[in-house]
Amino acid sequence: MKKSAGLLVCLLTAACSGSAQDTGKVVISINGQPPQTQAFERKIFDEDVAEFERTHPDIDVQPHEGFMDPKTFSAKLAGGQLEDVFYVYFTDPAQLIARKQAADITEYTKDIPHYQEVRQELRDVFSANGKVYGVPTANYSMGLLYSRKVFQEAGLDPDQPPRTWDEVREKAKRIKENGKVGFAEYSKSNQGGWHFTTWMKSTGGDVTKDGKADFNNANGRKVLDTLHRMRWEDNSMGDKQLLELADVQTMMGAGQLGMYLAAPDNVPTIVNQFKGNYADYGLAGIPDGKGTLIGGEGYMINPKADQKKIKAGLTWLQWKYLNPDRIEPNLKRYQEQGQPIGLPVPPAADIWTGDVRAKQEELKAKYATVPTQNFQKYMDSTAKGSIEPPNAQQVYAILDSVMQGVLTNKDADRDQLLEDAEAKVNAVLVK
Amino acid sequence: MRRHLTAYGFLSGALVVFALFSWYPIVRGVTLSFQQVNFVTAADWVGWSNFERLVNDPQFAIAWRNTIAFTAIALVLGFGVPFVTAVVLNELRHAKTYFRLVVYLPVMLPPVVTALLWKWFYDPGPGLFNTVLRGLGLPEGTWLDSGRIALVSLVVVATWANMGSATLIYLAALQTIPGELYEAAELDGAGVLQRIRHVTIPQTKFVLLMLALLQVVATMQVFTEPFIMTGGGPEDSTITVLLLLYRYAFVYNDFGTASALSLMLFTVLGVFSALYLRVTSREH
Repeated sequence: MKKSAGLLVCLLTAACSGSAQDTGKVVISINGQPPQTQAFERKIFDEDVAEFERTHPDIDVQPHEGFMDPKTFSAKLAGGQLEDVFYVYFTDPAQLIARKQAADITEYTKDIPHYQEVRQELRDVFSANGKVYGVPTANYSMGLLYSRKVFQEAGLDPDQPPRTWDEVREKAKRIKENGKVGFAEYSKSNQGGWHFTTWMKSTGGDVTKDGKADFNNANGRKVLDTLHRMRWEDNSMGDKQLLELADVQTMMGAGQLGMYLAAPDNVPTIVNQFKGNYADYGLAGIPDGKGTLIGGEGYMINPKADQKKIKAGLTWLQWKYLNPDRIEPNLKRYQEQGQPIGLPVPPAADIWTGDVRAKQEELKAKYATVPTQNFQKYMDSTAKGSIEPPNAQQVYAILDSVMQGVLTNKDADRDQLLEDAEAKVNAVLVK
Repeated sequence: MRRHLTAYGFLSGALVVFALFSWYPIVRGVTLSFQQVNFVTAADWVGWSNFERLVNDPQFAIAWRNTIAFTAIALVLGFGVPFVTAVVLNELRHAKTYFRLVVYLPVMLPPVVTALLWKWFYDPGPGLFNTVLRGLGLPEGTWLDSGRIALVSLVVVATWANMGSATLIYLAALQTIPGELYEAAELDGAGVLQRIRHVTIPQTKFVLLMLALLQVVATMQVFTEPFIMTGGGPEDSTITVLLLLYRYAFVYNDFGTASALSLMLFTVLGVFSALYLRVTSREH
């Protein structure tokens, strides 16, 4: 009995400790491995892991499926199950850094090749108080996604998407007259607040400034007035409200919607999910173009990881995601497999500056498989991107109400909505 | 002694399971309420600051107000509708089994399916209710899109989904009432309403009270319907205590404040549970 118990303990400890001691390799667990259902992405990822291990024989990469899930993150961290290198959205780092739930990698960044060529505002997302806690791997700013097909059906020129909110309103009206929803907007699950923030930035404002709410002003009023007119005077936003991302993507995929605010990654999602066609969609810069919200993704390192794991993790991240030398081979792989190239999304994420960005754009045009001209207006947009407000999710939860108020209540007192939300956001920010 | 040992042996399994999966999480929840944790470094004891944070949260009062309103409306609807249904079912002479099955059927649906089904019923465009109203030439409803009626719309869903169990319990209670009582009442000239008032209600008083208390405890923990159907909107009109708790724990990752809120809810529900225990023990 004692022997078998001992054997069990041995087996368990051997299974848990991995093969690091036996082989002398540094073992790192990583997530972000695409699920089996995304056959192509999974194949590319697994090929990359194999290639990396071949060229870095001292590192053993153990990939896990899954991305950032706030619902399980803390439980995984508490239970020692969080990967050494973990995926995050741009919404996550500020909170994780504040809670000390990511490793400080400042001293290692000087050894990351090409790190300085990554756009500063993206690196800033992972920095606080002069220290660095992660690296960005993809970025997208919000623009205006529209259905070229719905535009054509409504007699609108799909090569001339709206440039201002007034033009959005006009075109949404025309689409509505043709029996479809002109423009859709979120107002649920904190996504209404997220988009209200984007609207505010597009008008040159923001939702916070110097740690205080900054939307109860002319810009905020203009945003609500435009939304109210589109919803209630023009009836161009559809009857159904309290929408979120999945609802709006379904409307777009079903050909029932003209426009909505989105990042470029929405295009492949809609095309793949609804068996659509890239030529039917277009992407323009954010209306009014005085600013926009940037989002994206990146990786951080487990705060419990030791020095060796941090170094190995950063080596993997640089090789896989921040590697100008792999741009062309990657694009070729995608092209050979009939995958979309030409969108500002991986494998050509818009994260670089200077020569690397120019080279990437050149290669993207060379290997393009989608009509890049449909997305050129987005690429040419000069709207300056900025990141989310502090305590983003709590602020968004409050701003959801503002969107809901204006979209579900015809008689909503817009001034009161802004005033109430301002007091609530200030209460959240003061803590 | 040996007999006792065997008994304790059987008891120990249940004790271990309870300790591990019920008592430990409860104690941990209480300690977490007074801590700030990041699951990396040691927890910080922060005194009452999690509670202060909650009280200063503008959505805290709204969530409690909505939860109490939801519970109150659910009590009226969830109490009256199943009772009346049970009385009607009890009077049926034909197709009894069929109607009992129909009433109980919604209980068998997973709550998420129920919520998604009703979300479609309430859809202001192609939804069932507005399509019917349009067909009849009546004004259409705003259902979940109006801050004024969204909460009531959710109560209707919760009542529809859960009334089956209550109806069956009422029905069982009704069937224990001796027929002679009704006969005597009838001989005395009592009408239907008088029979219900003077025979049915007094005879089922205990079951009514017990279910009312259980209903309060259950409906104060409402989560699925607002989470899936409205996300707490419009304008926070359907945000409930449990939805706020969920946000603190799984959106803001602030387990200390989430635990503080759960402790508050635990205390309130504890009062109703104590009442329930008192009522049931007195009856025994």
